[in-house]
Amino acid sequence: MTQQMSVKEPTAEQIADQQIYKQMGVSDSEFELICGFLGRKPNYTEIGVFSVMWSEHCAYKNSKPLLRKFPVTGPRVLMGPGEGAGIVDIGDNQAVVFKIESHNHPSAVEPFQGAATGVGGIIRDIFSMGARPIATLNSLRFGRLESDRVKYLFEHVVSGIAGYGNCIGIPTVGGEVVFDESYEGNPLVNAMCVGLIDHDKIQRGVAKGIGNPVFYVGPPTGRDGIHGATFASEELTEDSQERKTAVQVGDPFMEKLVMESCLELINSGIVIGIQDMGAAGLTCSSAEMASKAGNGLELYLDQVPQREEGMTAYEMMLSESQERMLFVVEPKDEAQAMEIFERWGVICAKVGKVTDTGRLQLLHHGEIVGDMPVHALVDECPIYNKPSSVPSYYEKNAAVDTTAYNEVTDLGGALKKVLGSPSVASKAWVYEQYDYMVRTNTAVRPGSDAAVVTIDGTRKALAMTTDCSGRFVYLDPEVGGRIAVSEAARNIVCSGAEPLAITDNLNFGSPEKPEIFWQMEKAVDGMAEACRELDTPVIGGNVSLYNENAKGSIYPTPVVGMVGLVHDVDHITTQHFKGEGDILILTGVTKAELGGSEFQQVVHGVTEGRPPQLDLAVEKKLLSGVLEAIQSGLVRSAHDLSDGGLAVALAESCIGGGFGAQVSLHTGEIGEEGLRPDFALFSESQSRILLSATPENADALLSGLKAHGVPAVKIGRVSGLQLHITVDGKEVMSEEVHTLKQVWEDAIPCLMK
Amino acid sequence: MKFAVLVFPGSNCDIDCYKAVESVLGEPVDYVWHTATDLSPYDCILVPGGFSYGDYLRCGAISRFAPVMNEVAKAAEEGKFVLGICNGFQILTEAGLLPGALRRNMSMKFACRDTVLKVENNQTPFTRDYEAGEEIIIPIAHGEGNYYCDEETLEELRANGQIAFRYKSNPNGSVDDIAGVTNKQGNVLGMMPHPERAVNEILGTVDGKKMFTSIINAWREQHDAANVR
Repeated sequence: MTQQMSVKEPTAEQIADQQIYKQMGVSDSEFELICGFLGRKPNYTEIGVFSVMWSEHCAYKNSKPLLRKFPVTGPRVLMGPGEGAGIVDIGDNQAVVFKIESHNHPSAVEPFQGAATGVGGIIRDIFSMGARPIATLNSLRFGRLESDRVKYLFEHVVSGIAGYGNCIGIPTVGGEVVFDESYEGNPLVNAMCVGLIDHDKIQRGVAKGIGNPVFYVGPPTGRDGIHGATFASEELTEDSQERKTAVQVGDPFMEKLVMESCLELINSGIVIGIQDMGAAGLTCSSAEMASKAGNGLELYLDQVPQREEGMTAYEMMLSESQERMLFVVEPKDEAQAMEIFERWGVICAKVGKVTDTGRLQLLHHGEIVGDMPVHALVDECPIYNKPSSVPSYYEKNAAVDTTAYNEVTDLGGALKKVLGSPSVASKAWVYEQYDYMVRTNTAVRPGSDAAVVTIDGTRKALAMTTDCSGRFVYLDPEVGGRIAVSEAARNIVCSGAEPLAITDNLNFGSPEKPEIFWQMEKAVDGMAEACRELDTPVIGGNVSLYNENAKGSIYPTPVVGMVGLVHDVDHITTQHFKGEGDILILTGVTKAELGGSEFQQVVHGVTEGRPPQLDLAVEKKLLSGVLEAIQSGLVRSAHDLSDGGLAVALAESCIGGGFGAQVSLHTGEIGEEGLRPDFALFSESQSRILLSATPENADALLSGLKAHGVPAVKIGRVSGLQLHITVDGKEVMSEEVHTLKQVWEDAIPCLMK
Repeated sequence: MKFAVLVFPGSNCDIDCYKAVESVLGEPVDYVWHTATDLSPYDCILVPGGFSYGDYLRCGAISRFAPVMNEVAKAAEEGKFVLGICNGFQILTEAGLLPGALRRNMSMKFACRDTVLKVENNQTPFTRDYEAGEEIIIPIAHGEGNYYCDEETLEELRANGQIAFRYKSNPNGSVDDIAGVTNKQGNVLGMMPHPERAVNEILGTVDGKKMFTSIINAWREQHDAANVR
């Protein structure tokens, strides 16, 4: 039976002669290299294994030269990129573990399972380090929320995330959802997980100790997700809908069992090495574990638990069946390990042995069906420096003067339009489908600048956020990259936390296009510079390329996932106004910067020009000034100014707190004298935060900020139930907060009815 | 007073229940695995939320066959306090310890948010520290919390004062806005909202504390009465 199946596989000769390797994304020159490493032509299983190990998803072959630009070390970094997830010290022998990963292509084809398994995969990355996952976040992009297809994708991605996270019992505490034409047909689904660990429990994915047994944990391997990593590394086409077999199927209950049993195994102290089977399943986990120890590995494929009959070596090695892990212990600890998994009712099978050959050797039905040098699989994938060129749109945009737009005078109407834009509108429809409270540590729920999760038994907490404005990055990748990191840091600081580090998810179009590669280069430059300046190293991440649709590439979207440390829970701050009479203080300088803003898109119907500028030295002063003010107890609310500028920040703080505000802006104080009111309210100038303080504390707050060199000015007070704004003495807006709230709350539910 | 928090393989609010007992009452509390066959040391059994066995079939449909459920039935029979929250409520109805059943939310979507509950009966061991008619804020987090029972059962529930809580604004389509019911004797309560998530100021609401204090006060009263006898 099994023999019959494998008979259908092409021979090594056929693979070479008919160039079958090309269907797996292997180029002619790469094929030649592989033949060189093997000293012969690869058979079907071997070329399959090489093709996934040498895919962009696993080898970063197009992005590695760029990733090297990121700062990856720092005094607190305990583990940088290269393992399942990065780790940062938070004191008291504790550390935070986090990572973000994309599941874009699977979600475009099968949104529920694609999103669900994205969550499952990132959770495994965290607990495979030995950490207890304490929260997840996500960053989602869809086309305009108008067509049935976009609504279908949106609805099912959200319920896929909910279905997985809710069942496994890890709160989904935050994230972002953006709708823009650019993501039509190629949604972005990035999932992030945050975990907690004690320093002495940190695990690594290493297959050490010659002769040590290798164990497989989790449900049996099936034929799902075969070539998932390859699928993730190519463009979506009309035929992609037929690639549903490349999408895995998730079982969160199984993951819960695997998680609890693996954490128990790790806590028992007997684990030598452990790694999850994520992209490229058994192939990637075994090759990487062997590589990190400088060893070889023998795998006995007959022992691999199988869900379907007659599975071939090729299928077993390339399957991305979910909820599986690989670990190594010493022979004397085998029985202890098996007992743990038996108690949890989880399958655990001995499937291999650590060897000193430096080769990954596959045995099936008494034959060697694959024999490859580990270093060739893991380290020898060619790295490409793709050609790069400045796109014509970028040059054209230099001539666009966004200050020449006709003045918008109905600013109340404009605010309602912006608040009703699905990207700005309340995301309660989304996050109320997520259990964001389970484990009872969620101190700041979704809907403020960053989520905050407390750490039991301490006064500490962790703030976390995901951020990126694809429009800014599109208009100027370098500035946009800087903004993505800075905005994340601002959100963390507004929540009362010190920014620690980031994980990044680089979502771009096809790197084969020189103008897309230029976007990648510039965006990484901007992010790297910001990470260095703000002391937030990159401790890990993910690259997702080939995000294309019929109209071209998506907006370059390098999502930043940042975690910060709240030193004392008393510092936790939210964006909502807290009390009648509190004084409003605006920091930073407001300029006429409409390029890439929500207002420009929603009111003027375009995305053009240059994005707002960002000076990292100014940003740094702002962050330290505001954090110190919050830590000294002077701040009652803090809100980063981002989409929709000051007007939206004021509206959101009013809505969340159930208050109104009386605001008088003097253009000469907040920026340039004579700034047009529509610019004053909707410009998205960077490095600005809206603060509120009690009347007693307001002056101390102002002088504290000024001492840090942060421009800050009183602009009004929390008052009544209306948002009332004057600019240079002239009334420009007077809106009932409950009307604004209705527009903001109803937008997404109405579209989804 | 000794508390047990049952743990099924897919329980995920077990830790929350444990922490609530510890922080509000400071009384001894143990996790008890679903295979346990003796609950005699415990005075109150908490059946926590989660997805006991994955619940792909129907919430709680498999859990009722867990070995520990016989002991829960015995404890209920003996008049011990049994509190089922969320998935725990679903399990108790599946096990026949509480009337009615829980169906998918009317919206067909999972719902996680604060809800306002009205205390309908403050004469139970779980609600005695609340005022009659008191409005409290307790969060919900469920996909199948739509309480259903037939007309006849509903009449009985009303007549016996078995409706412990009603939603002020019905989030899931429950019959008669029911959020929690007791058995006829009043020593078994099932509710969809999560009082264990409402015991810490930093999490937003502390209105669940009185449920835990009610339990211990009821137990002390019983206990003292027993001692006097």
